[in-house]
Amino acid sequence: MDKRVALITGAGRGIGAKIALALAADNTDIAVVDYGEESAAKETLDALAAAGVTARYYRCDVSDFSATKEVVDQILKDFGRIDILVNNAGITADKLIMRMDEADWDRVLSINLKGCFNMIKHVTPFMMRKRFGRIVSVSSVVGLMGNAGQANYAASKAGIVGLTKSVAKEFGSRNITANAVAPGFIRTAMTDALTEEQKKEMYKLIPLGSLGETDDVANAVRFLVSDAARYITGVVLKVDGGMYI
Amino acid sequence: METLEKLKEILSECKGEDLDITPETTFDELDFDSLDKVDIVMQIEEAYDISLGDNMQLSTVGELVAKIDEAVANK
Repeated sequence: MDKRVALITGAGRGIGAKIALALAADNTDIAVVDYGEESAAKETLDALAAAGVTARYYRCDVSDFSATKEVVDQILKDFGRIDILVNNAGITADKLIMRMDEADWDRVLSINLKGCFNMIKHVTPFMMRKRFGRIVSVSSVVGLMGNAGQANYAASKAGIVGLTKSVAKEFGSRNITANAVAPGFIRTAMTDALTEEQKKEMYKLIPLGSLGETDDVANAVRFLVSDAARYITGVVLKVDGGMYI
Repeated sequence: METLEKLKEILSECKGEDLDITPETTFDELDFDSLDKVDIVMQIEEAYDISLGDNMQLSTVGELVAKIDEAVANK
């Protein structure tokens, strides 16, 4: 199989970095797109190089339509192709609606949802002509079940579901699949800060009785972009230990 | 003639094979789907810096060539 190229947003660190490493294990070159300083992604870039794939860093604000066009053009110039797009970049600005202002709403929707549209818009013309593409966007169980204090985030993640299903229908005839993963509670710096008491309460909501790991999410993405998932499109794969059934 | 050559290039790339087209070739024969048609119109608009609109009812390649030449002349 030809070496594939994946564009992953928010891949500098966290879940995005884990996704990058999981795809690298399948011999995929990685275009790391992130808004942070390149130095913050150094660990990820070093790990990708150690895994034996070509990885390059691109600084880009995914909510900026023309900037995303430029970055996709540059990646196509540098790598010659984009076979896989993983929309992972996202932020939160949690507040009850009573306290949420317009800027909180706009910022989260722009980055989390419009960011996905921007990348899909610019990457699909190439994928269409190649008659091949794998698109995975990172949604959240919160987008399926709602969450008090996360109206903006939940709306953006639910929006990703509608976007993904539409993309699956529009581009299916070109052998481009579009799927979403919806993580539940995943162990991160944020959940590490919770008290034992809080964690116990959380586990009660999860049939599998523990937090997920970032690798669990990365493995789901790795599957959806692999040839094993060639006949799967328009699905939302929950990675949540059964939290939302 | 120049427009026809350019159009041949765009249509061939879209189809993924070298197409043998003449002004008399019909779009029915070429059998493009709706996604192809949008892609073709966008590529023509970009190549010529013109706007063709979304609702083109054309039956032959020759008609599209005439439409492009007209849009270019009116730029």
